[in-house]
Amino acid sequence: MDGSVRDIAVEAENVSKIFGSGSDEVRALDDVSVGIQDNEFFTLLGPSGCGKTTLLRLIAGFDHPTKGSIRLAGQDISYLPPYRRSVNTVFQNYALFPHMTVAQNIGFGLEMQGRSRAEVRETVGNMLALVRMEALANRRTSQISGGQQQRVALARALAPRPKVLLLDEPLSALDYKLRKDMQIELKRLQHETGITFVFVTHDQEEALTMSDRIAVMSSGKILQVGSPRDIYDRPSERFVADFIGDTNFLEAEVAGKEGATARIRLASGVEVEADLPSGMADARQVTVVIRPEHAALAPAGQGELQGRIANIVYFGTDTHYHVDLDTGGQFTLRLQNPRGGRELHGEGEPVGIAFEPGALQVLRD
Amino acid sequence: MKRQAGFTTVAIICFVCLYAPIVVLVAYSFNAGESIAVWQGFSWRWYAAAWENEEVQRAAWLSVLVAVQASFYATVVATMAALATTRNKAFRGQTAVFALINQPLMVPEIVTGVALLIVFAMVKVATGYNGLGYLVLAHTAFCIPFAYLPIRARLEGMDLTLETAAADLYATPWKTFRRVTLPLMWPGILAGAMLAFVISLDDVVITELVKGPGQDTLPTYMLGQLRRVVTPEINAISSALLAVSVVIVSLFFLLNRKRG
Amino acid sequence: MAEPGEASALEEAEARAVRTRWALLVPAMLVLTIGAAGPLLVMLVYSFLEAGDYGGVEWVFSTDGWVQVFYAYDIFDEEWVAADAHLSIFWRSVKLSVVTTLLALFFGFPTAYFIATRSEKSRNAWLFLITIPFWTNLLIRTFAMMEVIRNEGVVNSVLIGIGLIDEPIQILYTDTAIALGMVYVYLPLMVLPIYASMEKFDFRLVEAAYDLYATRLRVLWRVILPLVKPGIVAGSILVFIPSLGAYVTPRVLGGGKNMMLGNLIELQFGQGRNWPLGAALSITLLVLVMVALLFYVRAAQRGSSGHG
Repeated sequence: MDGSVRDIAVEAENVSKIFGSGSDEVRALDDVSVGIQDNEFFTLLGPSGCGKTTLLRLIAGFDHPTKGSIRLAGQDISYLPPYRRSVNTVFQNYALFPHMTVAQNIGFGLEMQGRSRAEVRETVGNMLALVRMEALANRRTSQISGGQQQRVALARALAPRPKVLLLDEPLSALDYKLRKDMQIELKRLQHETGITFVFVTHDQEEALTMSDRIAVMSSGKILQVGSPRDIYDRPSERFVADFIGDTNFLEAEVAGKEGATARIRLASGVEVEADLPSGMADARQVTVVIRPEHAALAPAGQGELQGRIANIVYFGTDTHYHVDLDTGGQFTLRLQNPRGGRELHGEGEPVGIAFEPGALQVLRD
Repeated sequence: MKRQAGFTTVAIICFVCLYAPIVVLVAYSFNAGESIAVWQGFSWRWYAAAWENEEVQRAAWLSVLVAVQASFYATVVATMAALATTRNKAFRGQTAVFALINQPLMVPEIVTGVALLIVFAMVKVATGYNGLGYLVLAHTAFCIPFAYLPIRARLEGMDLTLETAAADLYATPWKTFRRVTLPLMWPGILAGAMLAFVISLDDVVITELVKGPGQDTLPTYMLGQLRRVVTPEINAISSALLAVSVVIVSLFFLLNRKRG
Repeated sequence: MAEPGEASALEEAEARAVRTRWALLVPAMLVLTIGAAGPLLVMLVYSFLEAGDYGGVEWVFSTDGWVQVFYAYDIFDEEWVAADAHLSIFWRSVKLSVVTTLLALFFGFPTAYFIATRSEKSRNAWLFLITIPFWTNLLIRTFAMMEVIRNEGVVNSVLIGIGLIDEPIQILYTDTAIALGMVYVYLPLMVLPIYASMEKFDFRLVEAAYDLYATRLRVLWRVILPLVKPGIVAGSILVFIPSLGAYVTPRVLGGGKNMMLGNLIELQFGQGRNWPLGAALSITLLVLVMVALLFYVRAAQRGSSGHG
């Protein structure tokens, strides 16, 4: 976040994972390389089946890579069994031991590491305090609520102070309110413990609100790694732009390049500036994206695009305007609603669309 | 709407018929007279008679001895087999393994019994050994499927991620088994052992064919007695054996319910 | 990256898992092979040997055991004639097993229906009541049946008492007694699978059928029966197979004369002293059971594909 160079906590290098063989072969991970820094809240974001859980399982040691290597603090752990790596996991269904109490669950990892009884007791106490569960130490895990189970699972995984904590969609089983609370709680825990968190989710909002950095995955590949703001404002590929938030896609022609920006010509003939993604190959025809809230309505004839309002949908905080463009296609705008404000335009009315400066981003594909 | 009056009547008749003979049998075990048909007042005399009957004592002791050993061995090997056959993908030879485990359930007891009789006769001639081992081996074999089923059911209902979680928390495979797998499958093992014990205790046919001289268990002793004039002593022995089975099976049910 | 080495490490782990699996299986397989399956093969060999004079066998190849299953040697006419005694025992075994299965179905289906339509709570209690006899000693239950139907037993006493009959009816030591006894001891085996398939049955379908003008009988025939058919087939096979191989019930309730296959087999290893014949009869019984099982598997497959 602050740009300072930190050590790499865990690193995947050219990792591929293939399940099955022959015609049933499934390439769950395809030549993935990524470095996760110390004390970072790192999120693997993608739809189900994109390989994010597979990558997590490789880091945890539940599976082993078909190709490539996984390194933890510089040491190759690709083929180390899970019980010999300083990595702990919070499972999607928590996987709390039903035959043990809350305290016994939390102490399990320490006990397995052969820590002394006194040390186990002390650490378990600290952990219970950390997740605010002191009162329920001697309960069976079946006697506590889902949110409480979640906290126990966190405490259990944090207790041995792993180098990296892996979280596999841990919030998906919670209801909306609890999920919001836990998001804040997780951030707090990460700050307090200073442990690297690797968080897997398919929920873009969760990823944007919690992460220091996000890796967006699709079909076994990492498409883009960056801060939430980077990912949202500067999506480098169509999938990333489409998966996160709402986006308007516009076809355009490259008119000229200057460093990281390009002059592009839209279908309407208007020329505008747009940011280029890194490592962009030379191309004449490109797709540019612009978020619905990064444009405004203008009187007809003004602005970069011209069209006619197809419909207007009121959402409370904002209003969505769907505009049929004169050059074909549709453009969506999202305008914040002032209190007591009313729609300034009617359906069927011709309007112009004005972009905010620097709102356009060229896609790599 | 869904009730069918005729069905209810038949069902009630069924339940009555299922229990009436047992009630009569138990009732006459308390008969003061020598008949199992004419009621002559309440008495414990036949229980006392059975208790003091040396043949009954010997048979009862043998029954327990065989049942304890057979159910123990059957449970141990069935537990191992259940661990090997659940929690992984289909493996080569799986069908044959299942067929072998379930074989005692499919082959009529009389067939298994005479087959064992033949083989054990050969072994007896070859080795000169005439001990209890034959009975224990035979009982262990037919108890295996009964021990195997509840253990397997328990294992299949078990969340595999619990073991993954244990490994994640630095437990070696052996420690994972000791601290997580075994405690969680324990109710299934107990249930399996109890079923095996009851099945062994109740067996008639195979025991009758395999037993050597002087190796009567309670059921084969009773089978022999039924050829003679029956006194309520048999009722008393039956009632006692029934009580043991009912208690064990009730425990089994409780154990099963707790798991759910 | 020394990839070949790592890949072989994975293969090593895989191989270790396979070794562990078989190591865990070996004890059970060993016990079952020695104590159950293996002896069947030895018996097959025995069925082709010559009978010893005092039981056992002479190690000489002979098909007499198999011939004697169906033919008896008439020592006066010096020729092989159909073994009427064996054939009648075969016939009785099959007949009584079929009758037992039908009777068990007649009583078992309504009982299963009754249990399945109880409230969730009381259902377990009824189920428990059905299961308990199943886990208690078969000999004791047969003995209990014997006490009830004997000439001085409860049934006859009551019938005489209410003046329906003057003389006790001879039930014990007849085929009827055997069938009654087998229905009695094997009934739970019919009820449980039918119940299991009914438990999954959605009784709202019955209401839907009534709503569509179906009569009671039609609801039973067109809605309930087809859906619980797998349970009925399973229950029938579970009753039929042990009936076919029954030994204790015919011995106790049939007396010495009304033998079934199981008793005939045992006889060859006792007084009959004809082990090869006994072995051949055993294998015949085994084949009959396998045929019944095969029939069941095919019926089950047809059932599942029909509704799948």
